[in-house]
Amino acid sequence: MAKTLVQEFTKGLWNEIPPFRLVLGLCPALGVTTTMENGIGMGLATTFVLVFANILVSLLRKVIPAKVRIACFIVIIATFVIVVELLMQAYAYRLFQTLGVFIPLIVVNCIVLGRAEAFAYKNGMVASTADGLGIGIGFTLSLAVLGAVREILGTGMFFGHSVFGTGYQPFTFMVQAPGAFIGLGLLLCLMNIVGRK
Amino acid sequence: MGYVELIVGGIFVNNILLAQFLGNCPFLGTSKKMETAVGMAMAVVFVLVLAGLITWLTYTFLLVPFDLLYLRTIAFILVIASLVQFVEMFLKKSIPALYAGLGIFLPLITTNCAVLGACIINIDKEYSFMQALVSSFAYAVGFGLALILFAGVRERILLARVPRPLQDTSIALVTAGLLSLTFFAFRGMI
Repeated sequence: MAKTLVQEFTKGLWNEIPPFRLVLGLCPALGVTTTMENGIGMGLATTFVLVFANILVSLLRKVIPAKVRIACFIVIIATFVIVVELLMQAYAYRLFQTLGVFIPLIVVNCIVLGRAEAFAYKNGMVASTADGLGIGIGFTLSLAVLGAVREILGTGMFFGHSVFGTGYQPFTFMVQAPGAFIGLGLLLCLMNIVGRK
Repeated sequence: MGYVELIVGGIFVNNILLAQFLGNCPFLGTSKKMETAVGMAMAVVFVLVLAGLITWLTYTFLLVPFDLLYLRTIAFILVIASLVQFVEMFLKKSIPALYAGLGIFLPLITTNCAVLGACIINIDKEYSFMQALVSSFAYAVGFGLALILFAGVRERILLARVPRPLQDTSIALVTAGLLSLTFFAFRGMI
């Protein structure tokens, strides 16, 4: 039991890490990762929703009729998204403003709905929690890495410190829209090279 | 803000896929073939305009008067989900040809964040009813344009020799980046 729990948790960190291995949840991955801080903030907000939605769905899985399950999942997810929205407005207003429209959009993040449908609806509460945590942390890590790459190359700064010295010409392309797509594409390519060995 | 600016801005400058990063899952998922891309584009235009209209009405006449603003997210997603369901039933009954054309893409639109995103943007920017309608339409057309262009490019990639690590999603993302760069050139028009 303990071993399988660890497996449920760790699969989200490499084998099924979103958005690389599971190509889901691309919009926030591209939209908010201009800095590492934003990436982590978005990742944590998603993790919160993911874990609690997974817990509630797995607890209610015997009550929810199969025919209307998607609608039920959406209501559960939307409830937790509102909780995150209100919490962030109260305690992290600046981050809430930078992330903007992407916070309410966690409702339609395919990762959350996908985990509810593919995992939590079929498994117990403890396993679902582990699954939600694993995938959530994997997602946060991906966003953090993508954010860090874009921040360092795009502005030459990392958490306010200059990385390459004053002579560095910022590669602003990376923090703008096209750089998001290309950065994610190249990171995916890198993962394919590493994963194959 | 004039309507022309709203239209040009929605289609090109603030393209919902390539500049605002909304609706990227269907963008990558349905762009492998031209046929599916056209189906998805049509379905989005249809639903996004209706959803923009109805969510604006819901917000202005239901949520604001009853002081229920914190329910916005849940209200909008429920409105969109039931709208999609309703449109599906209506089309099946009265316009079966269009229904068959849209096929699987119609139900998928519920979780297309371009739709919910555009509705929320309309509210956040405090558009009037007509402005919301026009901008929803412009966003939807921009979505369709980008999707169909991208599908055209992707069909050519199938014929090219792509290095193994870059295959499939990876090269698609890089291509999307280049397409986004071309749309970037419209910036400054407004």
